[in-house]
Amino acid sequence: MARKSALWSYTIAGWSGFYVMLVELLSGRIIAPFFGNSIYVWGSVIFIFMFGLSIGYLLGGLYSRHSPSVPRLGAILIASALATLPTLFIGPWLLDQVFDRIADPRYGSLAACIGLFLVPTIFAGMVSPYAIRILVRDRESSGRDAGYLYFVSTLGSSLGTLLTAFYFVLLFEVNTMLMIAIGISITLGGLGALSSLRTE
Amino acid sequence: MRACAALLILLVAGPANAQTQLLHQERSLYRNIFVTQDDNERCISFRYPLGKGRQSCKLLDEPRKLIFHYTRMLLSAALFLNPNPRRILVIGEGGGTIPVALQEMFPGAEMDVVELDKAVDSVARAYFDFKPGPKTRVHIADGRMFVKRMAARKPNYDLVILDAFEADYIPEHMLTREFLQEVKANMAPGGVIVANTFSDSALYDHESVTYRAVFGPYFNLKQANRIILGRRDGIKPDDLATARKNAAELEGELGARGISSQSLVALLDPDTDWDTGARILTDQYSPSNLLNALPGR
Repeated sequence: MARKSALWSYTIAGWSGFYVMLVELLSGRIIAPFFGNSIYVWGSVIFIFMFGLSIGYLLGGLYSRHSPSVPRLGAILIASALATLPTLFIGPWLLDQVFDRIADPRYGSLAACIGLFLVPTIFAGMVSPYAIRILVRDRESSGRDAGYLYFVSTLGSSLGTLLTAFYFVLLFEVNTMLMIAIGISITLGGLGALSSLRTE
Repeated sequence: MRACAALLILLVAGPANAQTQLLHQERSLYRNIFVTQDDNERCISFRYPLGKGRQSCKLLDEPRKLIFHYTRMLLSAALFLNPNPRRILVIGEGGGTIPVALQEMFPGAEMDVVELDKAVDSVARAYFDFKPGPKTRVHIADGRMFVKRMAARKPNYDLVILDAFEADYIPEHMLTREFLQEVKANMAPGGVIVANTFSDSALYDHESVTYRAVFGPYFNLKQANRIILGRRDGIKPDDLATARKNAAELEGELGARGISSQSLVALLDPDTDWDTGARILTDQYSPSNLLNALPGR
């Protein structure tokens, strides 16, 4: 039981790291037609992802105090995926609205990032502290467990960055990549939740 | 023989020979900019001291002459189908070569020049004698944003010149079907588009089908670089004859700028020499820089 929940915690955290960076790189692509891709735009993108993650860490840590479980961790992952869906469906419309109202590419791209990417990033940020709570058994091993978790989740992020930038963009459309990634998140979150529920 | 050897040395040494002075250098928000000068030739370059990456050059004793093939091709191709433009859009200012020539030739034409990098515009003014005339407006903006904003005002450009690409970097959001559709929405019926693009990588097929999808049939003009010459709604059957007639009439005026319009018009090619099944570049799929790094067929 303990080993199984640990395995799911690492898997979900690693995938969540991958997912965040895939979405972050693609967000630059999504915004470029409206606000270009100069340093301002990347500044907005990176700011919102960092800011969202920081809020997520805060909330994930707080939420972990209330009967933490793998099904709830899976639900956080699924929430992050579902919160990305508006980008697929109302993304162009929202970008049009912002483009018509804000002329300065700095604040335009910032507003667009807030609208599309802040919420999914907050949920993604909740994953790591919440997973650490599931993993940690005692004070002695808490630092090691946190280290393993950071390792897995940041390794996921680094792979998500490289694979998206080097290979995926050559093969797939932006929306296809987002849909596949959302599908993987929902599947992993759901499987993790189901398998833990069954063993309980 | 000695001339050959001298030429060889010149080619090998490039502009970085002993006489080359560095007049100016700066790091802008987007790139490094260098202004170099040989005895008679002044260049703006984004790389130094390599000869590659020169964006634009002028001869100090013959400032009206265009010395790069691609600028000669861009300017003459633009005028082959529209020898008297009234409303011009130039995306990519560089050293200001094209805008300077156009405002001298057509002082009555309204011209919008869009340049992303303010530093490039400053250098063009300080070192390349670019002085916007009364009807020329320079906009420091992303080309795509400019075009998108402009569309609402129906500017009806009768000539659009796209020169925003460098040999080693493409702004990918400006090589997609959606971008070209936005450009098209800014053009007058029958308006002419010329684009300085690429010819020798895997990008060629993709770029070709993308332009074809938006502008219909167009002419290619190839000489190291590739120039696309088209119209808003496709070239017409008699456009080759029109281009030849205009080239003959422009021979004097373009000749003064070092361009042989007759020999360039002979290179106009309406044929499809690309893989028509190639994937169209869109805002959803636009890995242009990766494709440009892959070898062509």
